[in-house]
Amino acid sequence: MKLTLNIWRQADSASPGKIHNYELDEVSEDMSFLEMLDVLNEELNAKGEEPIAFDSDCREGICGMCGLMINGEAHGPEVTTTCQLHMRSFKDGDSITVEPWRADAFPVVKDLVVDRGALDRIIAQGGYISVNTGAAPDAHATPVPKDKADRAFEAAACIGCGACVAACPNGSASLFLGAKITHLGELPQGQAERDSRVVNMVGQHDHEGFGGCTNIGECTAACPKEIPLDVISRLNWDLHAALRHGK
Amino acid sequence: MLMAVSGVLFIGFVLAHMYGNLKAFGGHDSFNEYAYHLRVIGEPLLPHEGFLWLFRIGLLAAIIVHVGCAVALWRRAGKARTVKYVVTKNKASSVSSRTMRWGGLTILVFIIWHLLNFTIVKVNPNTGDTGSAAGDPYNLLVDTFDVWWMTVIYLVALVALGMHLHHGIWSSAQTLGLTNNDRARRNAKAIGAILAIVVAGGFSLVPIFVLAGVITK
Ligand code: HEM
Ligand code: SF4
Ligand code: FES
Repeated sequence: MKLTLNIWRQADSASPGKIHNYELDEVSEDMSFLEMLDVLNEELNAKGEEPIAFDSDCREGICGMCGLMINGEAHGPEVTTTCQLHMRSFKDGDSITVEPWRADAFPVVKDLVVDRGALDRIIAQGGYISVNTGAAPDAHATPVPKDKADRAFEAAACIGCGACVAACPNGSASLFLGAKITHLGELPQGQAERDSRVVNMVGQHDHEGFGGCTNIGECTAACPKEIPLDVISRLNWDLHAALRHGK
Repeated sequence: MLMAVSGVLFIGFVLAHMYGNLKAFGGHDSFNEYAYHLRVIGEPLLPHEGFLWLFRIGLLAAIIVHVGCAVALWRRAGKARTVKYVVTKNKASSVSSRTMRWGGLTILVFIIWHLLNFTIVKVNPNTGDTGSAAGDPYNLLVDTFDVWWMTVIYLVALVALGMHLHHGIWSSAQTLGLTNNDRARRNAKAIGAILAIVVAGGFSLVPIFVLAGVITK
């Protein structure tokens, strides 16, 4: 198939960017979206033009590197990551606009690549449990009720891709935060640091310049891992509990 | 959180206010008696209009908190994304959720208009009289809604209020941490939708029935 691609080009974080238009012929519908961009880059290389910078790593939907805004939808029209999106989701003759995640907390590095370090700094403020290294404890040493285990597992599916931020009209990372808080807060191992975790992570979130959540719900619809909106309720509940405990 | 608590206060207020308005169906005396009663609750423990003033101060404080939070959220959102998308698409959000800010402002402007109309200045748009000459509460109400464009303004404001409640009610449940699973979320959304229709519909009855000539002096 033949496509018109309108792609955001920006030399570096300091210079302004703009949309460039490219025509691409003979795109196979079995290609992934990233393979399609690889083909375009080969053409640009052959012509001696600067290839388009975009991020990817695993290309199997688990690392969270590959986020792109495709026709106004984070990761494009399917419920999956950009690397797992295939060109059969598009039609011959389509015009596709590709932009980087837009959030001041995610500065553009080049073209479609943004720096998602803000999410790492949030994790560093408590998105972990403190344990001693050494031999792993027995798997059955700490019993976990099945419903809690399931819930923690669902939330743990978050890959930190940032699509929720990209899709949120407020530019908030609350779905990401809620996923981490729920994941660790549902498990016995997460209890010791439960209060300080939520207070510090929310503090870092606000410090990074993410917006405030007004429960609009675009995040869940964009999330490739289908993290449900109620993790944000859990986040709010835990935050109020921590403040009540005087943290 | 302050936003949610002040919002929930408003929900209580609009329900009570709606109940009062529906007394207009009971006729002239029933409505005026209610308006009078509001002014003497708590007497002689409280001075005349004492309860009413406590209530007014509480509501005013809640409005200040609510608008203050709204402004803070609006500014944070503005700063969180200074470079806009070329293409955007709404996949899942309701119109109500995306119009909280402009809808809220509409309600604020309306509240000021409404107070000028019925409480502070008391403008009777039919006779042009103001103050106590505008008539007792019931007559002022009937005269006001006999003017078609006044009824239209009120109905527009009520649509805005209904939409604000549609999203606001479930949103406050979420903000207070009460919707920790699918079912709780669905219930909160359903309650939001039902209360929005009850409030907007309930308030609309009086102006519509006045204009239609069912409620008369
Ligand atoms: C005075 C003018 C008003 C303005 C400018 C305003 C603005 C806002 C804004 C910007 C939000 C945040 C959006 C969100 O959380 O989804 C909000 C939430 C809300 N509003 Fe208002 N509003 C006003 C009046 C009212 C009134 C009269 C009521 C009740 C009848 C009300 C009830 C609520 C509720 C329950 C929420 C949800 C709070 C939360 O999410 O935690 N608001 N309002
Ligand atoms: S919650 Fe979903 S959209 Fe947000 S970072 Fe995690 S996986 Fe990505
Ligand atoms: S490249 Fe790893 S999730 Fe897409």
